[in-house]
Amino acid sequence: MDYFKYDLAGLHELLVKKELSVSELVKETIVNIKKRDNDVAAFLTLNEEEALRQAEELDRKGFDKDNPLFGIPLGIKDNIVTKNLRTTAASKILENFDPIYNATVMDKLQAAAAITIGKTNMDEFAMGGSTENSAFKVTKNAWDQTKVPGGSSGGSAAAVASGEVIAALGTDTGGSIRQPASFNGIVGVKPTYGRVSRYGIIAFASSLDQVGPLTRSVKDNALVLNAISGLDPHDSTSSKQAVPDFTAKLDGNIKNMRIAVPKEFIGKGVATEVKEAIKKAITTFEKLGAVVDEVSLPHSKYGIPVYYIIASSEASSNLQRFDGIRYGHRAQDVKNLEDVYVKSRSEGFGDEVKRRIMLGTFSLSAGTYDAFFKKAAQVRTLICRDFEHVFADYDLILGPTTPTPAFGIGEDVKDPITMYLNDILTVPVNLAGLPGMSLPAGSSNGLPIGLQLIANRFDEETMYRAGYAFEQATDFHKEVPTFGGQN
Amino acid sequence: MAINANEVEHVAKLAKLAFSKDELQKFTGQLGEIIEMVQQLSDVDTENVPVTTHISNSQGVMREDKAVPGTSRDLLMENVPQHQDGYIKVPAIIDESEEA
Repeated sequence: MDYFKYDLAGLHELLVKKELSVSELVKETIVNIKKRDNDVAAFLTLNEEEALRQAEELDRKGFDKDNPLFGIPLGIKDNIVTKNLRTTAASKILENFDPIYNATVMDKLQAAAAITIGKTNMDEFAMGGSTENSAFKVTKNAWDQTKVPGGSSGGSAAAVASGEVIAALGTDTGGSIRQPASFNGIVGVKPTYGRVSRYGIIAFASSLDQVGPLTRSVKDNALVLNAISGLDPHDSTSSKQAVPDFTAKLDGNIKNMRIAVPKEFIGKGVATEVKEAIKKAITTFEKLGAVVDEVSLPHSKYGIPVYYIIASSEASSNLQRFDGIRYGHRAQDVKNLEDVYVKSRSEGFGDEVKRRIMLGTFSLSAGTYDAFFKKAAQVRTLICRDFEHVFADYDLILGPTTPTPAFGIGEDVKDPITMYLNDILTVPVNLAGLPGMSLPAGSSNGLPIGLQLIANRFDEETMYRAGYAFEQATDFHKEVPTFGGQN
Repeated sequence: MAINANEVEHVAKLAKLAFSKDELQKFTGQLGEIIEMVQQLSDVDTENVPVTTHISNSQGVMREDKAVPGTSRDLLMENVPQHQDGYIKVPAIIDESEEA
């Protein structure tokens, strides 16, 4: 199956017209993944047998033409629990974990008759921005296999960008959907906090985590978000807010849309080629009739320290559950119960996870709580207020997704702080619970550059509308990587 | 404020992690740098600023107090590393070598 030739609607039509059966689609997808994964290494687990069984069942049942995801094989990030299908969060501590239940998003995708084709690689417990922190393999950028795919949803992004699947789910705590989407030249959306249930997502930072889609087009992205959104009794932070049809306002009309560009997002530390691409994008939006102004988010520069304290504190609390007792790795050669905890965790967690647990535990401990956790939570309020001020006058915020295009494998991994600074443009969005999108806006030396659009809470519709208008007015999304001399 | 190896060891104990001597040295250095980086927050005036610890707009979600069947014990045991007769098996809380 050549996914580069189709969007979801096109694929749906092939299935409706019976030019292709779901079983054929699944078989071709698996063959293609096995071939292409030699280059990109995006998948940790393939759901081959079960996917084929489901496909045959769907073929027997007959096609549901009102259902755009019917029979579509999807990649699922490996921190989303899938019943009876190995779920590791790319950690040794969960190396043999087969969940006994489905995440709510998986139940929803199943209800939409989508097929899980496999689980994608990621930074361990979603901690990282390059997928190099996986305990199992190093995923490669779809455009250049010497570069990282970004992270933590690097497997999902590389799988979509290399045409292995048409769409995948990722999770985004500080940029983990948008940054790899940017690095791989695809569309990635982090929805508003509360839009999508977190039930069954292996928790990293509970006040920041959201699930979202990675796709090659804006419309496909909206279609997948339609399927996974909504209130869930299993997640009390999921929102009652009505879920609109996210494709409804994709009409290309953004006349008089008020767009703000924070000067901090195009300032020091942002590469020249990225600034150039964003300037061109601004011109495109102006030609489409939008009004673009420069604004200020004065506290956004504190996003990184605030994020690393809050996310690590929440992680140190969430990851207490990995104790070797009820699931996951249990250390052998132990003398007592305390030994089980300490040895299982020390053997099971990788270095980056340990660093974050340590920083979080430190930030929350007696004597440092006020200066670290409380201080960060207060500055978070100031970051939220900055956004509120801008959204009082504007419909949308625009800037780059990342300061640079994808960096080389092994380049940043040794220096945690350099790695953390890659998230500088994405973390404020999580801290304020806003929806954010990355979409292709150019390239430099063959590596994609991402444009980030940020909307007010629960206003994904405006973000999709603007993203669609930009996509229709440009050709960046039509470019695809080549493998072995061919597409 | 940097952090010294003793403090790192104390935090590791709280976090139920153990480090070798080499690891401890590496983590002390890295954590020290990270702590220095996050300390730029002390520049920000947060007098009278409330904390934001969650951003959910729902508060105190209620549900009907209705009994529903729970997950079966057998199913819950599926990922338990060691179990016996429907119970999770763990080593003694007190050091086994001290028992003798």
